[in-house]
Amino acid sequence: MTAFASIRDLTVTYRRDSGEVAALKTISLDIMAGERLAVIGESGSGKSTLALAIAGLLPASARIDGRIDWFLRPSSTLGAKAPPLSGRTEGGVTELQPFKSEIGKIPLGGRDIGFIFQDPSASLDPVMTVGKQIAEVARAHLDLTWPQAYAKAKTLFERVRLPDPDSALRAFPHQLSGGQKQRVAIAAAIAAGPKLLIADEATSALDTIVQAEIVALIRRLVAEDGMTLLFVSHDIALAAELADRIAVFRHGELVELGTTAQIVSVPTQAYTRALLDAHIGLDAEPLLNRPRLDA
Amino acid sequence: MSLLAISNLSRSYRRGGKTIVAVDDVSFHIEPGETLALAGPSGSGKSTIARLVLRLIEPDAGRIEFEGSNFLALEGSALRAPRTRLQMVFQDPLAAFNPRATVARVLDDPLRIHGIASRSERPRSIAALLERVGLPADLTARAIHEISGGQRQRVAIARAIATKPSLIVLDEAVSALDVSVRGQILELLLDLQRQERIAYLFISHDLGVVRAIAHRIVLLDGGRIAESGDARAVIDAPQSAIGKALLAAAPRLHRTSPQDT
Amino acid sequence: MSPLRRLLRTPEAVAGAIILAALIAMALSASLLFPGDPQAIAGSALLPPFQDWSLPLGTDRLGRNVLAELFHGARTSLAVGLAAAAAALAIGAVIGTLAGFAGGLADEVLMRITDAFQTVPGFLLALAFVSVVGPSLGIVVIAIALGTWPGPARIARAEILSIRERDYVASARAIGMHPLEIAFREVLPNALPPVLAMSSVIVAAAILTEAALSFLGLGDPNRVTWGGMISEGRAVLRTAPFLSIIPGLALVLTVLGVYLAGEGIAETTAVRRGLS
Repeated sequence: MTAFASIRDLTVTYRRDSGEVAALKTISLDIMAGERLAVIGESGSGKSTLALAIAGLLPASARIDGRIDWFLRPSSTLGAKAPPLSGRTEGGVTELQPFKSEIGKIPLGGRDIGFIFQDPSASLDPVMTVGKQIAEVARAHLDLTWPQAYAKAKTLFERVRLPDPDSALRAFPHQLSGGQKQRVAIAAAIAAGPKLLIADEATSALDTIVQAEIVALIRRLVAEDGMTLLFVSHDIALAAELADRIAVFRHGELVELGTTAQIVSVPTQAYTRALLDAHIGLDAEPLLNRPRLDA
Repeated sequence: MSLLAISNLSRSYRRGGKTIVAVDDVSFHIEPGETLALAGPSGSGKSTIARLVLRLIEPDAGRIEFEGSNFLALEGSALRAPRTRLQMVFQDPLAAFNPRATVARVLDDPLRIHGIASRSERPRSIAALLERVGLPADLTARAIHEISGGQRQRVAIARAIATKPSLIVLDEAVSALDVSVRGQILELLLDLQRQERIAYLFISHDLGVVRAIAHRIVLLDGGRIAESGDARAVIDAPQSAIGKALLAAAPRLHRTSPQDT
Repeated sequence: MSPLRRLLRTPEAVAGAIILAALIAMALSASLLFPGDPQAIAGSALLPPFQDWSLPLGTDRLGRNVLAELFHGARTSLAVGLAAAAAALAIGAVIGTLAGFAGGLADEVLMRITDAFQTVPGFLLALAFVSVVGPSLGIVVIAIALGTWPGPARIARAEILSIRERDYVASARAIGMHPLEIAFREVLPNALPPVLAMSSVIVAAAILTEAALSFLGLGDPNRVTWGGMISEGRAVLRTAPFLSIIPGLALVLTVLGVYLAGEGIAETTAVRRGLS
């Protein structure tokens, strides 16, 4: 396997009132081409910061040190205008300035990298039909006419298995359920045919059944399009179901990186062990049956 | 006699001209010191039932008996007294507290309102409550937004147990917590249950957690009861369609055959 | 003191704060610098400014010291502006809170009353009120507040309606807190900041309304007001325009200062909310 992106000594510092907070501390990590890599950790582990840094979506107030080298083959539509998906991606290229890109080119947010956020409502415009929003993304990235863009949107809605794609095109976000909105957000993320799909807690706000459906959808899309997946989650079991490799983060540091089987079965780090132990699975011994600690 | 007996409870609401039946003819009971889990997908009516039980909203039909009396008949100040016996812990501990509150104020409220401790005794009572939930007493002066999520949920539990309730409704009370913290909070809840014989109405979509902590389970689907019984028995071999779907969807660390669609 | 420091980082806020500080200094020092009745005759009539340094801004038609009048007028303007705004915010907050909380019929009745007040132009209402009851400082304050409270009332009600659905209000009900305590301790303090954000606009409008009332001769006759000064100067607008221009400038600067300071405060609180 060849590396897709190579992260070296990445440090991200946020400025707060109380001083500087390091969200990531000298992280080095290779993302392999075509792999499904899960990044897991608890709150404050820096896992979301990593996802945002890779996508070039960190706020301007964040200080970034280190480098990310990309090994992208120049795409055929290089040079086509690629306006950002949302205001947050603005300056995605300039924010990457500290990074050196030796081989290939710096990826474009929205085109080479698709990003799925936790809350789909926040990434969808409430007063625009979702069909138009997806068509707009397709138009912007792929230089399509409006009719072509709408046709593309419909194809995308079929791919993300939205029930009744035709009426979904004309729906407003508030008319869709949480799971359907997340499917629309996924359609937007894959509209331009990205090589890397980043899902940042993309299923955390959904219930178990919808979560399983969305995870299955992401798995299928990644396989069909040969995308590389970065799956950020707090749930080690969910990560284990989806990922080839798991990176465990804690307090801004990479604790352990290994194949899913190794991380789940023979973790080398105590923290990984603790995370596994803390998982309450369907086969766990009920707490009710445990003897009282103080008895 | 059951601690809480709910019979034929229904509640619908209107949204955008359509009537949605959130809770449809639901009956169940909870015994003292017991944990009953309400599980189901989103929109199954779990949280609506929680709010109905607490009289935060009113049912369209049905009966709620709490500690032997008709809970729905109580109004105004007559309702405030039994509220000491029936408490709630919310999913998001940050949203469940006044953004201006300090830990001391949050714990002072129930003690003051129900005259549980005099003004001079209250600092001692608050310190005792904090100790009871495993928090240091010097946390009192801190603002709610300054403490960690796990600490906040402990404060929420301290507030709930301040009035010595017989039943606490836990609405996804551990869902938003980090896994390591979640285990500690579950231990704390079990510990409180054993020592004070508190019953829990435990609302969760996580069958793993439900199986670990609940005695019995009521599985809801579309506002109706799909299945109920012993928590382990139901979760290990669900009979209803929704039970099977929930079980299949639960993430597992070691799945023998990966599921693909 | 970090909010204050943050406030002073925005240039508009600094400009506003300087103007307001100067104004308050004027108002506070008026009776020290110009003891006695500012309406007493101080020299020959219609002395232009910068001629006699004991009367730097000259005298008016009756030979009154314009500078002294300006200082004393600052008092009236500020006092009436602040008092009227405070009264409008208080009335608005209470009515909005009651309507938002009570809901149902009480909400309907209160909001229709609010509508009624809002549809009548505030200035006309003040005019009518003062001409019926008679001009005095207190009446002018009430008259201005009468036309201004519906704005804050509407915002307060909207905030209350949103906040009363939050979990912490449910939590307060679950522990058996009295509805009045929930309203005034849990909900109101969190609903007020957006209402208070209107205060700069309200203060500025109140100062202008007071000036307009005085201009029309409906101000407190026993006090010097800038509106009254402009009105006085109008008679000799051709020969002594400074008599209208000087209090006019003072009025413009005051409203600008209040507005800039208010914007600055609103901006810093918005930034703080965004960060947290």
